[in-house]
Amino acid sequence: MSILDKPWMAERSAIDNAVSGGSLNFPKARVALIFLMAVITVLFMLFSVAYKMRMELADWRALADPSVLWINTGFLILSSVAMQWAVSSARKGKAENVKLGMALGGAFALAFLIGQYMAWLQLRAAGFYAAGNPANAFFYLITAMHGLHMLGGLVAWTRSTARLWRGNDVADVKLGVELCATYWHFLLVVWLGLFAMLIST
Amino acid sequence: MVYVPPQEVEDVHLHDPDTFMTKYIWSQDHKVIAVQYSLTAIAVGLVALVLSLMMRLQLGWPGVFDFIDPESYYQFVTMHGMIMVIYLLTALFLGGFGNYLIPLMLGARDMVFPFLNMLSYWVYLLSVIVLMSSYFVPGGPTGAGWTLYPPQAILQGTPGADWGIVTMLASLALFIVAFTMGGLNYVTTVLQARTRGMTLMRMPLSIWGIFVATILGLLAFPALLVSAVMLLLDKLVGTSFFMPAIVSMGEQLDYSGGSPILFQHLFWFFGHPEVYIVALPAFGLVSDLLSTHARKNIFGYRMMVWAIVAIGGLSFVVWAHHMYVSGMNPYFGFFFATTTLIIAVPTALKVYNWTLTLWRGNIRLNVPMLFAIGFIVTFTNGGLTGLFLGNVIVDIPLSDTYFVVAHFHMVMGVSPIMVVFGSIYHWYPKVTGRMLDDRLGRFHFWVTFLGTYAIYFPMHYLGFIGVPRRYYAYEDFDFIPESAITLNENISIAALVVGAVQLVFLYNLVISYRRGKLAGSNPWEATTLEWQTPQTPPAHGNWGDTLPVVYRWAYDYSVPGAAKDFLPQNQPPSDDAPVQEEDNLGFDSTDPASGGGTREDA
Ligand code: HEM
Ligand SMILES: [Cu+2]
Repeated sequence: MSILDKPWMAERSAIDNAVSGGSLNFPKARVALIFLMAVITVLFMLFSVAYKMRMELADWRALADPSVLWINTGFLILSSVAMQWAVSSARKGKAENVKLGMALGGAFALAFLIGQYMAWLQLRAAGFYAAGNPANAFFYLITAMHGLHMLGGLVAWTRSTARLWRGNDVADVKLGVELCATYWHFLLVVWLGLFAMLIST
Repeated sequence: MVYVPPQEVEDVHLHDPDTFMTKYIWSQDHKVIAVQYSLTAIAVGLVALVLSLMMRLQLGWPGVFDFIDPESYYQFVTMHGMIMVIYLLTALFLGGFGNYLIPLMLGARDMVFPFLNMLSYWVYLLSVIVLMSSYFVPGGPTGAGWTLYPPQAILQGTPGADWGIVTMLASLALFIVAFTMGGLNYVTTVLQARTRGMTLMRMPLSIWGIFVATILGLLAFPALLVSAVMLLLDKLVGTSFFMPAIVSMGEQLDYSGGSPILFQHLFWFFGHPEVYIVALPAFGLVSDLLSTHARKNIFGYRMMVWAIVAIGGLSFVVWAHHMYVSGMNPYFGFFFATTTLIIAVPTALKVYNWTLTLWRGNIRLNVPMLFAIGFIVTFTNGGLTGLFLGNVIVDIPLSDTYFVVAHFHMVMGVSPIMVVFGSIYHWYPKVTGRMLDDRLGRFHFWVTFLGTYAIYFPMHYLGFIGVPRRYYAYEDFDFIPESAITLNENISIAALVVGAVQLVFLYNLVISYRRGKLAGSNPWEATTLEWQTPQTPPAHGNWGDTLPVVYRWAYDYSVPGAAKDFLPQNQPPSDDAPVQEEDNLGFDSTDPASGGGTREDA
């Protein structure tokens, strides 16, 4: 199909009549996830643009990024790896490994979130309050936003994991596991971008 | 006849409602959700209408109505603008018409995620409730103007600076969540759930408009969310994202260094696409009204599709034309003036195509058609003033005057409302099974159409003579002549009349629900699928046992050689219902002299 085709003509009609099924060769839920990830990408891009623009102004004082962020990043990477392992196990039909992968993925994600919270506590203890300087405010804001999206992911994760534990067939849960993993990788990439921005400024 | 293999689109399992609660309240049926969305939107829209009439009372007869003080005036302005743009038009076009038409026009049983769809409505309702709660918090709603510019939006002295602004921002955030849930549903349904034979280029333009507008919304609303969240933090936590160092009421505040311009960029990066989020569905719907009631294929279908897509894309690179007076770099202004004028090209193409659709059509001048034609006129009018404002040098003196008010009301107030009315008259018979009363409809049209001209046309002149917008009292300035005051009085009278006549419309909606003429399944003899359902109103699941199969595009009106002057999209080709062999669509495709349908070859 292209811009030059004339949908009213008999010639084209014969071709169009045979068309069936979705425009994209993905399950519906994956299509929605792709759009959701696009929306979230725009959201974080706008936060980053705002960050860069605000940074240029005179009162910006860079903050000392807590070193626990490196450990958190490690947790998030491990979490993604575990989810990916769950996916490949699901494809091979190994139910036990899927469970383990999902459990580990969730646990590491939680560890990441707790670590992020610790980073906040450290900053506060060091006197970096949100109202003190825009750099601080952005730090809290951006990590909170990313954390919220992680929490949203954990809701979906809970649903899939619960179904696994209730003994559903791996085949039934496979799509859920795959979508969780995709979202996890996506949030990892977003975090790496944000983290790079935060530590470099 | 072309052989079509049996249905391959997978059928879906629907959640079947059985009680009153699951059928009408917690419904997951897209048609019920559409009605819920529409009624809620119309209800808040009425609030916004009343607010506008209050403003007109003050402007028409300054100081006469002492219950309108400056504070309440600014609250009227703000709530009116925000409700109309977001909670009425966006919600009605996408949540209302989008929900109703997408599955029906595409031959689907429902949206792909019915539960999410239901959630979307309830979160929307929550956002409306939070917004309305503004009236009950101490200090009342915010009076910051619908653009909510800091620093004034959160400074003492602006009405609602304590609570109203918080409920407003919270409500917007909720709305965005609701919209995103609905929007993911709409795009996925359009892409993945069309019935057999319904290719993208066979979709009615209504769907194209709604589809592209939804994508715009998904990508633009995050900018509003970002600005709302950051403004909320400035307000509640005392951060200085947007707030500069400032002395307010003789006191140095704790803010320092923030950038109000940053807010403006974020706001308009959302705000300009927003006007097309409202305009594109209107473009789509009106195309279908025109084609159906002119008994003629839409002129330049492919161009219409590409214009919608092009406008959608371009609408992301013109936002700073709202900021010409913000002190920006002149090269920046030059860039945005250029893109703004470029976007007028596809827009103008659409206007030509609508007009050419009418040309030599077999026009049935019924109520939907009247509104559709009213739209073309009004939109052209508003678009032309947009061209003036798009040029920096012209905009600077006109900025923040009534000229801008006239422009955007013509283009995004009256025009979309014309389409909303036209579409309600057009689709009401499908939703309820009964026709709206025709005579009341004509009366409603003429008073509304002429009345809105009486309201907004003189505002261009007010703008030229320099009357500023958002002034509560304007009568004691040397530069504003006496004539502005009498003119305003006239405008206010027209506004009261137009406001009152909407009651006729509401009465019509209510009375026709029980007493209207029975519509039958296809009263307008239209081609698109929603008119071909086995029951009217369509039952749960829309299509009975088998999904429809599509054999033609959406605009087979007056096809040469056909027995009838319309061929439904699901009508298989046959001798009586041919598909075009020769490409003779266009100026000659219908000959009104030969009566709807057949045509002697020229
Ligand atoms: C030919 C196309 C258009 C052009 C060139 C254009 C240009 C402009 C410009 C330059 C302004 C800023 C005026 C100022 O504040 O000084 C403006 C304001 C506005 N335009 Fe348009 N416009 C066009 C179409 C539209 C459409 C289609 C809509 C909506 C459906 C729309 C809605 C608005 C609104 C709501 C405002 C005022 C916002 C505010 O300040 O509160 N415009 N337009
Ligand atoms: Cu604009």
